[in-house]
Amino acid sequence: MSSTVISHGAAHHDSHDHHHETFLTKYIFSQDHKMIAKQFLITGIVMAVFAMVLSILFRIQLAWPDKEFPILEIFLGKWAEGGRIKPDFFLSLVTIHGTMMVFFVLTAGLSGTFSNLLIPYQIGARDMASPLMNMLSYWFFFVACVIMVASFFVESGPAAAGWTIYPPLSAVPTAISGSGLGMTLWLVSMTLFIASQVLGGVNYISTILNMRTKGMDLWRMPLTIWSFFLTAIVGLLSFPVLVSAVVLLFFDRSVGTSFYLSDLVVQGQILPNEGGSPILFQHLFWFLGHPEVYIVVMPALGLTSEVISTNSRKPIFGYHAMVYSLVGITVLSFIVWGHHMFVTGMNPFLGGVFMITTLIIAVPSAVKAFNYIATLWRGNIRFTPAMMFAIGMVSFFVSGGLTGLYLGNAALDINLHDTYFVVAHFHLVMGSASIFGMLCGVYHWYPKMFGRMMDTKLGYLHFWLTFIGAYLVFFPMHFMGIDGVPRRYYAFTAFPFMEKWVSVNLLITWAAIIAGLGQVAFLWNFFASIWTGKKASQNPWQSNTLEWTTPVEHIHGNWPGEIPTVYRWPYDYSKPGHDTDFIPQTTPFSETMSSNQAHDFEGNEEAVRIQNEWNKQNNREVEG
Amino acid sequence: MENTEQVVEEVIQSRKAKKFNLWLGMIGMFMMFAALSSGFIVYTASGVDKGIKTLLPNAFIYSTITILLSSVTLYLAHNAAKKQRLGQQKNFLILTLLLGLVFFGLQVHSWTVLAGQGIFFVNPNASQSFIYIFTGLHLAHIIAGLIVLIRCLMGAMKPIPHADNLFRMDLASIFWHFLDLLWIYIYVFLLLNQ
Repeated sequence: MSSTVISHGAAHHDSHDHHHETFLTKYIFSQDHKMIAKQFLITGIVMAVFAMVLSILFRIQLAWPDKEFPILEIFLGKWAEGGRIKPDFFLSLVTIHGTMMVFFVLTAGLSGTFSNLLIPYQIGARDMASPLMNMLSYWFFFVACVIMVASFFVESGPAAAGWTIYPPLSAVPTAISGSGLGMTLWLVSMTLFIASQVLGGVNYISTILNMRTKGMDLWRMPLTIWSFFLTAIVGLLSFPVLVSAVVLLFFDRSVGTSFYLSDLVVQGQILPNEGGSPILFQHLFWFLGHPEVYIVVMPALGLTSEVISTNSRKPIFGYHAMVYSLVGITVLSFIVWGHHMFVTGMNPFLGGVFMITTLIIAVPSAVKAFNYIATLWRGNIRFTPAMMFAIGMVSFFVSGGLTGLYLGNAALDINLHDTYFVVAHFHLVMGSASIFGMLCGVYHWYPKMFGRMMDTKLGYLHFWLTFIGAYLVFFPMHFMGIDGVPRRYYAFTAFPFMEKWVSVNLLITWAAIIAGLGQVAFLWNFFASIWTGKKASQNPWQSNTLEWTTPVEHIHGNWPGEIPTVYRWPYDYSKPGHDTDFIPQTTPFSETMSSNQAHDFEGNEEAVRIQNEWNKQNNREVEG
Repeated sequence: MENTEQVVEEVIQSRKAKKFNLWLGMIGMFMMFAALSSGFIVYTASGVDKGIKTLLPNAFIYSTITILLSSVTLYLAHNAAKKQRLGQQKNFLILTLLLGLVFFGLQVHSWTVLAGQGIFFVNPNASQSFIYIFTGLHLAHIIAGLIVLIRCLMGAMKPIPHADNLFRMDLASIFWHFLDLLWIYIYVFLLLNQ
């Protein structure tokens, strides 16, 4: 009885109208972190499918540059007149594919979903610090998505200046059709998106620092929480900088200022803008843009840490090293943006500085990769679909990360800049790695979100098609890049030296189409399992973290009674001397006398004394 | 009995978190102006013909005094709220609001002064355009600040429970003083580059 009263009071203390939950307050304008997480995830999946279709469209153009596909004209109208995609529209496809994937899928879809779902659950809080801000964060994101999609329905087409929207192309509306209304919509959408991210990020940081349950000190937090925490800090410090860049760009476009523009002649007309510097935009953009790639990859690293440890039935190897390397990546992410600009005429000395900071990032990244492998080493591995995706994530992180060493080198970058080598690099290390981290999270926490299990067999099918497909798509691109094939080019038939790559493009496109079809297995599995999946038990993966102590049915305030107290770190898997191979964080040391080690007590002498006495009575020997 | 204690504890925890949210939000806002400052420095260094190259309007001095005064009156309103003197709190809040509006007016007036000096927003020397950007974006935040103050005033008029009223005043004070400091930062930054 008393327990129900507590949850009732706790859930209602700052919003008094929840007694009569309507459809609108429960499913649409929900302030509950679990519902908002699901909203983020489903919106993210829809955006991912949309962006994937865009990529298939431009892959079709690259594979069959001279062929006509009348069906394209039916769907795309004037943008594919005669069944061939127009060059302007090709650029739009590339631009919006990048924008949606980087921002809407891998930033909002990944951080938004799992920060919202797991932060309150894993630190033991009833909800986020400010549920209202959380709801606003989702709705800003949703409107941003709608506006971006809407740009496909304007006369001049969506933005076409690349996801990095460099001026002058993006700043001169007459330069290309996509720089007209489409670009304006892009900027509006992105501003709303940044508002969403700042609102969300502020909430994540504050919740983690202020709302942890009793006993949950920072060094007992799961690595997922550490990664969301540091991701949110990176976002908070970098996204506002993009606002500044976008504001200046907006005035250059609409009012006629000259922050970025100078000495331009467009279609025979001399533009009045004078004295601006397009490089200024690049500095501002990449001050966000580079941290952004860590915003994308760090939550994926956190999710896989948790999944790999749970499914190896072993403590994560080097917990502290994992945290410190995340901190290292966070700090370094702010002082490397210049490596995107080596060929802008940058002072070679400055280029050298950026090169060194960039290459140093290899250290924390390598620490993480080795720790993952050491965690797997001689583990009692359970190959669940989530685990497969987690291992796949590590694979992409390594194979994509290695080419970062080449690109980070200022001298080599002169050759490789803006070639397919770059495309291959970031699609592996940030694109594929992050999407695999995200999918690993979806498979692992699906029972927590929907109370049901996803189908395992479909999961394996999905994994293998995507894993092999992704490598077949992106690996050959390295060779094209080394040969000097530039990215974003419309047709390889226009240049004799590129013609030999058309056959490779054919392979890549077929691989992309098959991997794309493989996603149907996921979509079917995801949406059908909401209703028809096997009912989940409370702790289906035998995991230690707090979210698995909540009831399967979602309730306001997460725990029906008091919030549980935490006694230990989250990685006590296969601890010698204990009868099960996992010990939840809520199990006090007094219940696990047979497996306690001296270092578990963190210098608490009284506890050590009691333990020693018990050891003596029970003839237990403890090393160290 | 224990339950209500727990609820109270959770309310306190959530208030603390919300106040922390505000501080984080201010860090975000500051980063935006820091980006503009570094953009300004990089741009101005790009040529000898760049830079502010003019005297900033005197209206900025008056607006600085106004916003400083508004911070003082808001402090007094906050104090009155602490002592539960609702009438006093309302009066000082109204005064703060008025000073905020005067500040807004003075800033807009300074734009006309600049335009009168031939310093236009659309300008081949974008260092001068930056003056408008800095002041304009700050004013956008001032609008948010004024809305927050109006919400405080409405709370005091109703009146809402003391603890809620005080919490609103806490948040509003932190934000408004921040906007005050932000303006002083911008003004000093512009003066140093004059």
